[in-house]
Amino acid sequence: MREITFAEATREAMEEEMARDPRVFLMGEDIAKQGGIFGQFKGLPQRFGLERIRDTPISEPTLVGAALGAALVGARPVLDIHFADFLLLAMDELVNQMASLRYMSGGKLKAPVVIRAPDGAIRSAGAHHSKSLEGLFLHLPGFKVVAPATPRDAKGLLKSAIRAEDPVLYLEHKALYPRKGPVPEGEYLVPLGRAEVVREGRDVTLISYSLTLHKTLEAAEALARDGVEAEVVDLKTLYPLDWDTLLGSVERTGRAVVAHESWRFLGPGAEIAATLEERLWRKLKAPVARVGAAHVPIPFSPPLERRVIPQVEDILMAAKEVLAWA
Amino acid sequence: MELLDLYRIMYRIRRFEERVERLFLAGKIPGFVHLYIGQEAVAAGALAHFRPGDYLTSTHRGHGHALALGVDPRDLMAELFGRRTGVCRGKGGSMHLFDARRGMLGANGIVAGGLPIAVGAGLGLRILGHEGAVFCFFGDGALGRGVLHESLNLAALWQLPVLFVLENNRYASTTGFAESHAFQVPALVGAYGIPYLEADGSDVEEVHRAVGELLAHVRSGRGPAFVEAHTYRFKGHYVGDPERYRSRQEVEEARRRDPLGLARARLLALGLAQEELEALERKEEELLEEAVVFAEGSPWPDPEEALVGVFAEPVSDYPWEEP
Ligand SMILES: Cc1ncc(C[n+]2csc(CCOP(=O)(O)OP(=O)(O)O)c2C)c(N)n1
Repeated sequence: MREITFAEATREAMEEEMARDPRVFLMGEDIAKQGGIFGQFKGLPQRFGLERIRDTPISEPTLVGAALGAALVGARPVLDIHFADFLLLAMDELVNQMASLRYMSGGKLKAPVVIRAPDGAIRSAGAHHSKSLEGLFLHLPGFKVVAPATPRDAKGLLKSAIRAEDPVLYLEHKALYPRKGPVPEGEYLVPLGRAEVVREGRDVTLISYSLTLHKTLEAAEALARDGVEAEVVDLKTLYPLDWDTLLGSVERTGRAVVAHESWRFLGPGAEIAATLEERLWRKLKAPVARVGAAHVPIPFSPPLERRVIPQVEDILMAAKEVLAWA
Repeated sequence: MELLDLYRIMYRIRRFEERVERLFLAGKIPGFVHLYIGQEAVAAGALAHFRPGDYLTSTHRGHGHALALGVDPRDLMAELFGRRTGVCRGKGGSMHLFDARRGMLGANGIVAGGLPIAVGAGLGLRILGHEGAVFCFFGDGALGRGVLHESLNLAALWQLPVLFVLENNRYASTTGFAESHAFQVPALVGAYGIPYLEADGSDVEEVHRAVGELLAHVRSGRGPAFVEAHTYRFKGHYVGDPERYRSRQEVEEARRRDPLGLARARLLALGLAQEELEALERKEEELLEEAVVFAEGSPWPDPEEALVGVFAEPVSDYPWEEP
């Protein structure tokens, strides 16, 4: 299979969906002339024109509200936010308006909006450009939350997100854009709400998504060198969560570690760990461990940033602790 | 001579930034770097009026404001290097510089993030009965944001001592001014009844004069004022920007109105000896070399430092765990 980058895969998804459905349009800051600040929209303005690939002023709350409005009259907006941190500027539009709309209207209105937001810490971008906010959005009802880890899923999930009938927060870790991986040639979709066992093993289940999945796979490799067979689950969609796949895997292994870049305190891992224990406590051989960012703003200096963001060693250490329970 | 002081500050900013660019490209400065080169006359001209007791909010392009304010180039450079000796002990970085002792309430990674803070600082000064004005810097990109409009309204409504300084360098990243704004700036500011002046942002004396005039209004307790400095950033939006949104020719043309060149020529025309000027420049070079040596020689912060400082007292999320 051909190998392309995560950025190229997401661009293909956009391109195919825009060609397929004339209602789909893309807007955001610096996307048309520059092709996106990570180069993820290169070539799209030439093909679809500046009406459907639309540069905007720096007006995040209004852009989110406007995407909602456009969706209400039948368009299919995809909104690009430079950095996920800037979603915080638009919390009212996101939460009070967009996320609750279908529910509040008794199911009579819908908001099929995709919000693409690069997240995660790379290269000391500092506290205003490094956050992983999925924990926050998972807590608030009304969003589907997607966080792909591979180019293949980036393409297939984005296409599914665009076709979804509800608001989707599509979170892309900035460090993933240049990463290459196999991507099928023809059209395909990766369904929302489904996780995948990406490595099989019987001793412990390591659960992750987005960039941290790759660190988790590295940890699994390291465990394999010690003779431990770790199963790795890529969640892909964080809401709705694929509990069947998760419970199935942890039921088999009896041990679990959840790892993510979002803050650990009240993070996605906390919900997963609590639910695994609720459902499987008789079958668990050890408490479920969580790995996440320390509860501080993301610092600038490299040694500080490294200390706060989960590393392979942290996942490995958590796995070893879980394995140490008799 | 006043102009000589202004020139010294501009020279310091320019040469500091040139070093920063080199050091960033050499991989010694982490993160993102947005250079101020070309806009020096705005920071120098405006902040020559800065007094103890005044405050400042800045942008993602804040090195120039910090230097014009008198932040020690060594502390600033060390921060850009991410070292323990930096103004924010390595926790802030280029886009998030704070120097509370000097009234610098923060550079900002969020466009227009400083505006409401500046308004609040003005309110705080009033409530506390303190003298002082707040200098609020922002780029033309901030004009798209709702908080800008809300900040102008509140500052005008409550007659707060805030000087809004728009550095209009014609671009917000790749987007030209006209592509983002459906209004004229004087009309916008006029709608709030805020006194407005525009200035040639390449002419440090003109900026100095305009800001002086507006500050007289602000300091007299009659409310905010607004200066629009027309300027140009000679470099890309960030170091590494491919700059596909503007022509070489446009940049060359703007560079012909280099604020440093203009001030230098004026100083010489006024009779300042070339040697005197060069002596001053040499002293600045030494200072800046020292700053680089200081930054490079400074220790990294201890990684465990990352876990403290969110609150006044230490907090432990999970007391049974070692940090
Ligand atoms: C709210 C917000 N949206 C988007 C960005 C990304 N961004 C950083 S700088 C910038 C352009 C700012 O332009 P301007 O305000 O004119 O300042 P200049 O860079 O010209 O100094 C953008 C869009 C941001 N930092 N904050």
